[in-house]
Amino acid sequence: MSAVCRIGVITFPGTLDDVDAARAVRRAGAQPVPLWHADDDLHGVDAVVVPGGFSYGDYLRAGAIAAHQPVLRAVLDAARRGTLVLGICNGFQILCEAGLLPGALVRNAGLHFVCRDQRLRVENPATAWTGRYAPGADIVVPLKSIEGRYVADASTLSELEGDGRVVFRYLDGNPNGAMHDIAGIASADGRVLGLMPHPEHAIDPLTGPSTDGLDLFHSAVDTVLGSVRG
Amino acid sequence: MPRVVVDVVPKPEILDPQGQAIVRALPRLGLHGVRDVRQGKHFELDVEDDVDAETLHRIAGELLANPVIEDWTVRRL
Repeated sequence: MSAVCRIGVITFPGTLDDVDAARAVRRAGAQPVPLWHADDDLHGVDAVVVPGGFSYGDYLRAGAIAAHQPVLRAVLDAARRGTLVLGICNGFQILCEAGLLPGALVRNAGLHFVCRDQRLRVENPATAWTGRYAPGADIVVPLKSIEGRYVADASTLSELEGDGRVVFRYLDGNPNGAMHDIAGIASADGRVLGLMPHPEHAIDPLTGPSTDGLDLFHSAVDTVLGSVRG
Repeated sequence: MPRVVVDVVPKPEILDPQGQAIVRALPRLGLHGVRDVRQGKHFELDVEDDVDAETLHRIAGELLANPVIEDWTVRRL
């Protein structure tokens, strides 16, 4: 295996943030690999980003159609083998619809599209995607969604809380009514992460409110290259 | 060709702000007496004769509804 970390970025019809995601990957020193919704394999990438946007026009439910495309089946297989997966916004919705993460994302409690620079607390810096953050770090990244309210049943919530799988929590007021102020969660092994806010839009002071998002991508590169070195 | 109807509604424990907005709008039209509204989706499927009940429930439960947040019913017309 090469010493370059290769991170796939999936594009569905209606995906918007694949270009920014690829740019964030490159900025973190990894090589972005474009993946297409019809691909049935992941071209050997070390990690996958499912970016934001409105895949398939949000028809039926946000993420519902994308969750059944060939590339998502390949993502599910790869995740079972330990490949790192990051779902951002619509990507988080897709991972929940596909059953890779528990719970669901539904219409914001206030029924408005929320677009703002959002403060978050990093609740768990021990996942594959958050190793660069200090415990309890306070970060600012853009949030832009109308189906961003995280919901899950009581037993799922208590499992997520008890196992440290609530990775990001909203600060300064809950923007969408998400249960437990949840902005992002991880799989039990910490290698699959989904969040509603957009770290890929906060990597450059010229275009974002901060550069706080970049450490997410650096963390993944650390995880991949660290495991290669063994 | 038989027609099948699938109705999908948010589970009772899931907050339905769209339904609440409808409840609040009704009195403004002079229409009173509605205590609660749950907004869902209604699907009409034209299916082949040999599609069995189990397949219909898979269609409803694996795609048309998300069982994490929604309940559904399947009816043959």
